Amino acid sequence: MANTEPAVVCSGLVRRYGERRALDGIDLTLDQGQTLVVFGPNGAGKTTLLRVLATLLRPSEGDASLLGSDLRKEGWKVRSKIGFLGHQSLCYGDLTARENLRYHAKLHGVADPAARIEALLDQAGLSGRGDERVFGYSRGMLQRLAICRAVLHEPELLLLDEPRSNLDPAAIEQVEPLIGAAAGRTRVIASHDPAGGLAEADLVLGLRSGSASLFEPAAQVTTDQIGELYR
Amino acid sequence: MSAAHPPSTLSAARAVLYKELTLERRAPQTLTAMALFCASAFVIFHFALGRNEIEGAIASGVLWVTLTLAALLGIGRSFVADREEGGLDGFLLAPAPRSALLIAKAMTLFIFLLIVGLLASMLFAVLLLGPTPTVSQWGSLALLIVLADLGIALVGTLIAGIAIQTRARDLITSILALPLLIPLLIAVTKASEPLLSAGGGTLVGRWLALLGLYDLIFGLLAYALFDYLVED
Amino acid sequence: MPTTKSLYGRRLTGYAIATGIVLTAALALAFFYAPIEADQGFSQKIFYIHVPLAIVTLGGFVFGGIFGIQYLRSGDTRHDLRSYTAIHQGLIFCIGALITGSIWAKAAWGQWWVWDEPTLVSFLIVFLLYCTYQPLRFSIEDPERQARYAAVFAVVAGVFVPVNFIAVRLASPLIHPRVLGSSGGSLPNDMRLAFYSALLGITLLFITICKYEMASKHSRAQLAALRRSLIGEHDEPAPARSAAPRIAVK
Repeated sequence: MANTEPAVVCSGLVRRYGERRALDGIDLTLDQGQTLVVFGPNGAGKTTLLRVLATLLRPSEGDASLLGSDLRKEGWKVRSKIGFLGHQSLCYGDLTARENLRYHAKLHGVADPAARIEALLDQAGLSGRGDERVFGYSRGMLQRLAICRAVLHEPELLLLDEPRSNLDPAAIEQVEPLIGAAAGRTRVIASHDPAGGLAEADLVLGLRSGSASLFEPAAQVTTDQIGELYR
Repeated sequence: MSAAHPPSTLSAARAVLYKELTLERRAPQTLTAMALFCASAFVIFHFALGRNEIEGAIASGVLWVTLTLAALLGIGRSFVADREEGGLDGFLLAPAPRSALLIAKAMTLFIFLLIVGLLASMLFAVLLLGPTPTVSQWGSLALLIVLADLGIALVGTLIAGIAIQTRARDLITSILALPLLIPLLIAVTKASEPLLSAGGGTLVGRWLALLGLYDLIFGLLAYALFDYLVED
Repeated sequence: MPTTKSLYGRRLTGYAIATGIVLTAALALAFFYAPIEADQGFSQKIFYIHVPLAIVTLGGFVFGGIFGIQYLRSGDTRHDLRSYTAIHQGLIFCIGALITGSIWAKAAWGQWWVWDEPTLVSFLIVFLLYCTYQPLRFSIEDPERQARYAAVFAVVAGVFVPVNFIAVRLASPLIHPRVLGSSGGSLPNDMRLAFYSALLGITLLFITICKYEMASKHSRAQLAALRRSLIGEHDEPAPARSAAPRIAVK
């Protein structure tokens, strides 16, 4: 029986830095199993939005709920169910890939971490170099490792900030099963790629200086409209 | 459905502690720096004081000032690795209780301080200390090192948590830590004084009580306030 | 607009007048009414300023911590402003306490500083700690984080003050015979009157100056906002780095 509760609901979400409003009243609803792609120039608030949804930042005003839990009051509940991928890998350079993943697995309370880690490293093509210290990794490898870290605990909701940056086409294919559209997986993706982003989106959010200048189903959005955001 | 359930405070703290100790083992910068600092400091004190041997209150002062300044190095490094690799996000994203971070970081600092404290006091006994402490005096000194390092670790972790978010991390660490540690230093230097004197002095209860009080109060404070430092 | 005015500057004139009256009366009592103390002579009179300054300083720091707790619990920036002001003025009064203490030490014991006087030593340590408050605030740019971290500091420092006093007192070799026990209980009546009126006067002075500082900051913020809206600028300009709390003018 599918749960028909929306995966993400934001109403009037505001995040301030001093007097500057990085997010200025965002309203959105995302159903389960759907993909929301967020477009916008640098500084528009894409990263801020993802970080607020990931409970890394507290909203200054407004409400948001993820998978039925209120962000402010039940943040701890939310954390087990979300996977966040930011601009930084969150992996320690002096530890190996396996050690990094083991650390994150313990923090998330993953059952049977060893098997899960091996499966992920295998899928991401990192098994061979899993016992090397991470500071020796190329940026592409680091990104793949970060993706493994993000999905380690099998989250229902993925929050991905430009997930395919630093990845070559082969690598993108490798990680597709991990972060691509899949049954039951809800995703919010920040993207700079109008064509690619539009292709995988169910809903599109266009941000400009913290406000939503566009929020439509993907079918009704053209790449030109996305281009407008950047002008 | 996710195959995970939130870890307990203890298991999360254990995971962070293990990570911290592994990182230090791989790149042993902090411990080495602290130990070297102590050794150099003793040499400097020899020349600055113009003495081959010291005892009593002066010995106590030299030892504990050295250990405290070495502790500043450890405190300053506490959150640096996290900051460089993307901040505490990795921990904050997990459904782990925030106090686990405080416990693990304080425990790490405590272990470093303990190792350095024991090494430094042995070096001190060889280089500068006049009278040879008896076994029971060594035992009492070890107890003092444990209690003092506990207090320094707790206060130090709190300060490190504050300082890492500022633009003048090392400066803030020093100017915050030194006044805050003065009561602890008062207690521990007074208590060490008879242990480092000729004539078999023993521990005086009131300084142990003050140390214990300091550790308890600041431990509770750190526990209560740490959340406000890490949550944005 | 009336609501914002009522927060700051309310009864400021009243407080200022009361302060003036009480302080003048207290000083008059201290210098003309209270007897000259046998051992120390006329110079002992500085005690009527030094001890109230010290007590009010401690009160300021404690209130700084209390407002810090309130800010952490509520997130209301007015508590942050109160905490900042209390500590800021407390620091200034602390300097006053140290200077008058030093003068008293010179007059009573012939030296500008005495380590045997535990209260004076404690004040020096507390002063060193609270001197870090402004640099700490200044080194954090994000205003919300600045306020939060400053509040944490205020609480830690507030708890530190009594612990420090206990430690220093335990470490003092002997207690110098002083006219004042910690509660003024050993004072003869005529000295007591002068002392308590001085205490009241300095307390009023502290409160008045704090209110003045908060009102002044608030007025300046309102003026800036007004000027901006007159010019037609609606965006807040990027503010310069500052250690003082930002006042949001709605």
